[in-house]
Amino acid sequence: MTAHPTELATQQAPAAAPETLVLAVDEMHCGACLRLVERAALRVPGVESARASLAAKRLSVTFDPKQAGEVDVIAALDRIGFTAAPIEAVQQDRGDARQKYLLRRVAVAGFAAMNIMLLSISVWSGEGGSMDPAVAALFRWLSALIALPTVVYAGQPFFASGFAALKGGRLNMDVPISLAIILATGMSLYQTMLNHQHVYFDAAVTLLFFLLVGRYLDETLRVRARGEAQNLLSLQGGIATVLGSDGVQRKVAAHALHPGDRLLVATGERVAADGVVREGRGQIDQSLITGETLPVGVKPGDQVYAGTLNLTQSLKIEVTAADSATLLAEISRLMLAAEQGKAHYRRLADRAAQIYAPAVHGLGLATFLGWLAFGAPWQTALTYAISVLIITCPCALALAVPAVQIAAASRLFKRGVMVKAPDGLERIAEIDMVVFDKTGTLTLGKPQLIDETEISDADMAAAAALAAASHHPYAKALVVAAEARLGAVQPVSGIEETPGEGLMRREGKSEERLGSAAWCGAEADGSEGAERSQGAEVWCRRGQEQPVHFRFADAIRPDAAETVAALKRQGYRIALLSGDRAGIVEETAQATGIDTWHAGLKPADKIAWLEARAEEGRKVLMAGDGLNDAPALAAAHASISPASAADISQRAADFVFQGAKLSPVIEAIKTGRRARSMAFQNFGVAAVYNAICVPLAMLGFVTPLIAAIVMSTSSILVTLNASRLAGGGRS
Amino acid sequence: MTSLAWLIPAALVLAGAGLIAFLWALRSGQFEDLEGAAYRALEDEPPDDEIT
Repeated sequence: MTAHPTELATQQAPAAAPETLVLAVDEMHCGACLRLVERAALRVPGVESARASLAAKRLSVTFDPKQAGEVDVIAALDRIGFTAAPIEAVQQDRGDARQKYLLRRVAVAGFAAMNIMLLSISVWSGEGGSMDPAVAALFRWLSALIALPTVVYAGQPFFASGFAALKGGRLNMDVPISLAIILATGMSLYQTMLNHQHVYFDAAVTLLFFLLVGRYLDETLRVRARGEAQNLLSLQGGIATVLGSDGVQRKVAAHALHPGDRLLVATGERVAADGVVREGRGQIDQSLITGETLPVGVKPGDQVYAGTLNLTQSLKIEVTAADSATLLAEISRLMLAAEQGKAHYRRLADRAAQIYAPAVHGLGLATFLGWLAFGAPWQTALTYAISVLIITCPCALALAVPAVQIAAASRLFKRGVMVKAPDGLERIAEIDMVVFDKTGTLTLGKPQLIDETEISDADMAAAAALAAASHHPYAKALVVAAEARLGAVQPVSGIEETPGEGLMRREGKSEERLGSAAWCGAEADGSEGAERSQGAEVWCRRGQEQPVHFRFADAIRPDAAETVAALKRQGYRIALLSGDRAGIVEETAQATGIDTWHAGLKPADKIAWLEARAEEGRKVLMAGDGLNDAPALAAAHASISPASAADISQRAADFVFQGAKLSPVIEAIKTGRRARSMAFQNFGVAAVYNAICVPLAMLGFVTPLIAAIVMSTSSILVTLNASRLAGGGRS
Repeated sequence: MTSLAWLIPAALVLAGAGLIAFLWALRSGQFEDLEGAAYRALEDEPPDDEIT
């Protein structure tokens, strides 16, 4: 959502070198799409190369800026049905670069660990027996030769992070890691020079390798989630069709629009900027902004907002505010501000490190001083102190949380829930209250035909045949209902659509009409269903017959009441917050068994309500989907969104779930809680391991071989424990 | 003992070759798109840069 200084359409800088452009192309799902996208981009004159990535859902293009521009490529993809949006270079680099940085170090540490272990095992098994002491010395020097550059190179992520923490007057997990690795390497080098036996290069480098693997896996999860969020954010603006003063249409990236531009918004497109309607009348779906399901009619002079969906007829709009000045951008700023508040959350692993690091350093120091006090030479004392640091080295502890998080994320993924924030699992385990939004969360967010039984098959078939020609949500709902009852719907030809009124088809003298009450010449409805459908109705008249009435309401998710009841049984407080009218909210609350509900809330009201709960000491899980929920999602202790939610809400949420059911909310909470108890179990394993091994190490009984075996056993135990969580099939 | 004189360098050179191959693959973007590569292998037509 950052402002772009140059208008993209005129980006024709006289640079000779080819420029590179990265586009998010979200609808790319298979190998065929991949080739289509690449081909289409390559066919644009001036494009030199195009390479699409299916994993990242991105296309990178190099082009000659004199012949082609960003806009040409976007337009070419648009013609074959793919929406693409540029990703700013600054955004896309960071994650990838960090991932490669770690992977290179994993490779180097792995290479070194293998070779040093090979040499060390020979020395351990042969020393004092058949092995020539000169060969043993040679092997130790070779180990040193491999280990020293490896530690300098592969240890960087830990040294940098540990140093940064110390400079800020804090302690983190990387401080004891760095200290143990540096001390072990330094001491081993000293022992090698003196031709002594206590050489720990293998331990230091193997430790480094395992820790780097853990770090890399953690980073992969994070980069993936971040990349998806960036794609969503870039795509939400998308591209707009601008009408030039000469009447020529051209495609422009939405963030390059200016107030005063005239936009053409076709049926089914999202409005790219806030503006005023100049030509055309029709209906607009504003659910993204207001949370209302019912379409709103617009005519020339009416205000429309960025992100709303044009339903019926193409409109010409004059832009009044674009890019960062739109209501959409305002909401996303509100959201970012709310997110900042959550940044103070301290992760479990960091909290553990705060206790752990001083304890480890204290024990190491006590060992050193203790042995000195008993009259041991300083080399021996230092060797034992290092073995305490190595043995306590938080291998198991560092793995305890990431291993559990990866296992929990894969378990949830199989069950249709995507974990977006790595620490979301920790936060969702702490909640004691669940707050739902109405439209799109408790309900499906789409109108559905109600009182279906009152309508005859023949009326249904005739109405659906007309409705099949329209994009209007009621027409679509009608077709869905008809297909469910009668099978396939036969579309008919010769249908005329009058926006905001209805559809009509003439056959000889008789005519069929589908649309508003006035359009069909019916009396306004005063029956008992009117309150429930809130005027969401369509009439169908065939010839001179009595008009038939179709009523619609936003259907509640099939298992919403069940899910709410299950959550209540587990002791969670439940509330419903909605921007909708009181009547409809109350009815939904009753239908799902929710006692606390508030209607007519604006985004800022929702945040205020959540803050009031936070001050009472409650930790709230917010479940919402609309753009109007996005700030609340960011402000809540933890948050979850359906996959049908507004892009920006999915970005704000910690979890995204798929499907028509609400039960993934329970699954996410359950998995979060299990993950937390699993993490504590792992801390327990690490604590038991330390309780046994640290006294032995402090007394000087631990040889490098024992240290290596015991250390990897504890790490494997922790990983195996975590993998129990990932079990279970797809549901 | 003389066998060590060539066995150790051989082990180091072979493992080093593996490491260099991996770093080269990483640098040249072989790991950029692990999903797409699976589909590219099934593509009948030659890559675009070979058509021209």
